[in-house]
Amino acid sequence: MYNFSYQRPNLLSEAIAISEKAEEGLFLAGGMTLIPALKLRLTNPSDLIDLSELADLKGIRQEQNMLVVGAMMNHAQVAAALEIRSVLPALADLAESIGDPQVRNRGTIGGSISNSDPAADYPAAVVGLGATVRTNKRSIAADDFFTGLFETALKVNELVVEVRFPIPKRASYMKFPNPASRYAVVGVMVAEHEDSMRVAVTGAGASVFRVPEMELALKANFSPEAIEDIAVSADGLNEDMHASAEYRAHLITVMAKRAVAALI
Amino acid sequence: MTMLVALTLNGKTVSADVEPRTLLVQLIRDHFGLTGTHVGCDTSQCGVCVVHINGQSVKSCTMLAVQAEGMEVETIESLAGTKDLHPMQQAFKDYHGLQCGFCTPGVIMSALNLVARNPNPSEMEIREWLEGNLCRCTGYHNIVKAISAGAEAMKD
Repeated sequence: MYNFSYQRPNLLSEAIAISEKAEEGLFLAGGMTLIPALKLRLTNPSDLIDLSELADLKGIRQEQNMLVVGAMMNHAQVAAALEIRSVLPALADLAESIGDPQVRNRGTIGGSISNSDPAADYPAAVVGLGATVRTNKRSIAADDFFTGLFETALKVNELVVEVRFPIPKRASYMKFPNPASRYAVVGVMVAEHEDSMRVAVTGAGASVFRVPEMELALKANFSPEAIEDIAVSADGLNEDMHASAEYRAHLITVMAKRAVAALI
Repeated sequence: MTMLVALTLNGKTVSADVEPRTLLVQLIRDHFGLTGTHVGCDTSQCGVCVVHINGQSVKSCTMLAVQAEGMEVETIESLAGTKDLHPMQQAFKDYHGLQCGFCTPGVIMSALNLVARNPNPSEMEIREWLEGNLCRCTGYHNIVKAISAGAEAMKD
């Protein structure tokens, strides 16, 4: 690890001020990706700004038909929260499926989505549920937040404060986990809202994406059979030692069918 | 450039001057000499470095020492009394839950976090909980039996 200076501010405004002044500041959430990256000298920040004391980034609450999750809530907290289990169990189940217990005790929703790992689970929830990401500067619609491989719409000195999930009529997340890491080889979130249907896929592409053909088909007929003949092209999908692009394409339909089947 | 980090380690208030890049596991082992917490993969996969931070199990190779400022850190050395082993440690002995023993401190600290959340874990719940702990000797069967027995013994 290269050396850096470390600060743990108590206020969001302080955190932003430190970032603005720093030569190259990085925000530290749970550190489950950032600390390994620092160890490998893949990144060399002048300042690490630890967000763990920022009250604005904590808490889970319901506001009318919206479930609001603070960016610094860790996966174990999301998995266990009764406020989530009671109205949006698919989100709690997704959090419970991440990594291992020690990762879930540290890793956060804000850190995960800011990193935009192609195999992370949370992007499927944010896009599949049509969430809004609120930052210290603005609100960003889920469809505009993830912009590519490890890329988001976040600008310099901008950080995620909370994620606002509209509570769907029903939703389910199914993933084919990598047997070692539990990252998603392919994960699919299917969510039916009052006025829309959303199908979001993680693990398969450079970043999370929707499958409009499946959304249309499910709107007409909410059943696994309605989407069984819809194949996503393997062109441009991820390919690695764990799965070929063709296999991932196949898994998208399988996981989507399973997600739908779990809801009927 | 160093920073002063103060924390509670196994019930005692301690402090040390560390570089911000110092890992928590280095602080525990190198500064305080508590070598029961091991370093295996150093990539947050194997779980031999598991300790408790404010009662929750974490991998101390993937946390900076300065992040533990003001927190309560418990290591494997906090468990045994002067004469007796902790019931979970005793269960690992009784059920042959270890061979080489390298992974054992991490497995036990992980198991105690499970039992704190769920005093009656099923075999499947124990196996799923051990996702973050690798043992290359025993094949887990006796580890699972030991954790089950240890959880039972902790009720006494």
